[in-house]
Amino acid sequence: MDTYSFLRELADSWVLLAMFAFFAGAAVWAFWPGLSHAREDASMIPFRNDTAEKSCTNDCAACKCGDEWKDKFNV
Amino acid sequence: MDYVKLIILALITLIAAIGANWAHDLAYQVHAVLIMVIAAGLFIWILRQADEPKPAVDTHRYADGVIRAGVIATAFWGIAGFLVGTFIAFQLAFPALNFDWGQPFTNFGRLRPLHTSAVIFAFGGNALIATSFYVVQRTSGARLWGGKAHWFVFWGYQLFIVLAATGYLLGATQSKEYAEPEWYVDIWLTLVWLTYLAVFLGTIFRRKERHIYVANWFFLAFIITVAMLHVVNNLSVPVSIWGSKSVQIFSGVQDAMTQWWYGHNAVGFFLTAGFLGMMYYFVPKQANRPIYSYKLSIIHFWALIFLYIWAGPHHLHYTALPDWASTLGMVFSIVLWMPSWGGMINGLMTLQGAWDKLRTDPILRMFVLSLGFYGMSTFEGPMMSIRAVNSLSHYTDWTIGHVHSGALGWNGMITFACIYFLTPRLWGRKEMHSMSAINWHFWLATLGIVLYAASMWISGIMEGLMWREVDDQGFLVNSFADTVSAKFPMYVVRGMGGVMFLAGALIMCWNMWMTIRGAAPARAALPQATPAE
Repeated sequence: MDTYSFLRELADSWVLLAMFAFFAGAAVWAFWPGLSHAREDASMIPFRNDTAEKSCTNDCAACKCGDEWKDKFNV
Repeated sequence: MDYVKLIILALITLIAAIGANWAHDLAYQVHAVLIMVIAAGLFIWILRQADEPKPAVDTHRYADGVIRAGVIATAFWGIAGFLVGTFIAFQLAFPALNFDWGQPFTNFGRLRPLHTSAVIFAFGGNALIATSFYVVQRTSGARLWGGKAHWFVFWGYQLFIVLAATGYLLGATQSKEYAEPEWYVDIWLTLVWLTYLAVFLGTIFRRKERHIYVANWFFLAFIITVAMLHVVNNLSVPVSIWGSKSVQIFSGVQDAMTQWWYGHNAVGFFLTAGFLGMMYYFVPKQANRPIYSYKLSIIHFWALIFLYIWAGPHHLHYTALPDWASTLGMVFSIVLWMPSWGGMINGLMTLQGAWDKLRTDPILRMFVLSLGFYGMSTFEGPMMSIRAVNSLSHYTDWTIGHVHSGALGWNGMITFACIYFLTPRLWGRKEMHSMSAINWHFWLATLGIVLYAASMWISGIMEGLMWREVDDQGFLVNSFADTVSAKFPMYVVRGMGGVMFLAGALIMCWNMWMTIRGAAPARAALPQATPAE
């Protein structure tokens, strides 16, 4: 069998099946009931790790200049 | 380390000097001189610093300098790209604008790739690099990996843009749409892109969060897929290493299929997946609400990347491409409608319970409008990929209208909104200098897009119908030139739409200038103790 026909046949059968199986697996994983809390937690990631965007321009006496994160994370 | 750098730079300068001397064509010669000057300048710069104590880099902060540079570069290239676009729109309406004194450098054929590359790769690409660096750091709680490698990515990418743009004007092109740069520019971009991938992946490996936030999945898919597309579509053999001309490895229909596999996935992964990465971070941030459904975002991601990669053949209906292949492309394009709208709904529904913010927050309004245009063009696209519709729409202005409703509406608007989000934060300001200027930008851009898209729909459908019109004897009624003169009013309206869009972007630049002026760069510290739950 020449390469073209072999690849065509492989693509139409096993590779197609494998890709569908992967996609179905990802979909089941996304909606897996036990992971529902993890999904909620993941959706909150953008609201963490963000440090205060306070400027120290013209305000160096009152400003802690970059130490704001310590207050935020109770260090 | 300095000595290694000096040796490498000296060699580059030498080779570029030889190249400038032996160059077979003008574009290559200009590029060789450019590279020689840059390498020599860097050589002197590093030489002056050699064996001096290096200023310590504060690794406890996010690497935001490169993002500030990226935001400015995005605005700069945006203006350049919109300006050239508006000019070539008027060149189509008034051919006299192809000035005799500027030939052949400023004719439509050379300026058009300059416009497309400037807006897609320079404006869009800089926006993607800047926002991906911002998002990956914030969602990983880690500084960018790789020391100063991110600066190499930024400046290397700017060099790529300059080489590509000057190359087009001087006539170096491999004639592949959206992949026009010649072989040596392609090799340079590959180096830059792999460094980008390494910086991005390295930062993800360093993350403090257990889970990789979905925006990073989209960014990563964009970086990896673009690397693959770029390498495969640009496989070519240079005629001489002292000249810009190269010959493609593929030929005929294989070449066409490879080109549109690349071309459509440039839309799919550069202009869609990457920008969805922005959407999944900045829309929740601006609305101050988590994404509507994280589960849906996972499905959205996998469905989008599984489907998009097959949609390319719809660019080659009624060609030498086998029917099964173009049918496959058409079917996948139609199926693609679903994940696209899933993503749009996910973004829009994030505003659930916060819709009132649209009245007061022009930035959020821009995000919503961009999602609306995303939804509209991802419906229009599948429809146009149907073979019967394509037989009317192909080669007409309808295609141009479709591309611009996606590019101006979706990519443009979301990028503007991200710039308005990032600028005050990166320069330590509370908000942009003028909120009403953002409103002006919003309405100018929106009206510009409406004028553009509407005139191109009318022009395209009219043109398609005129081309296929036959009389009762079976003869074609219209000559090609008839359609050209019939399109004149629509071309003028389109140009006016471009002027409005450009005016909006200029207002944005003024607003950025006023916000940044006098401000010290903001410094954002890394979170030391991440609350892990």
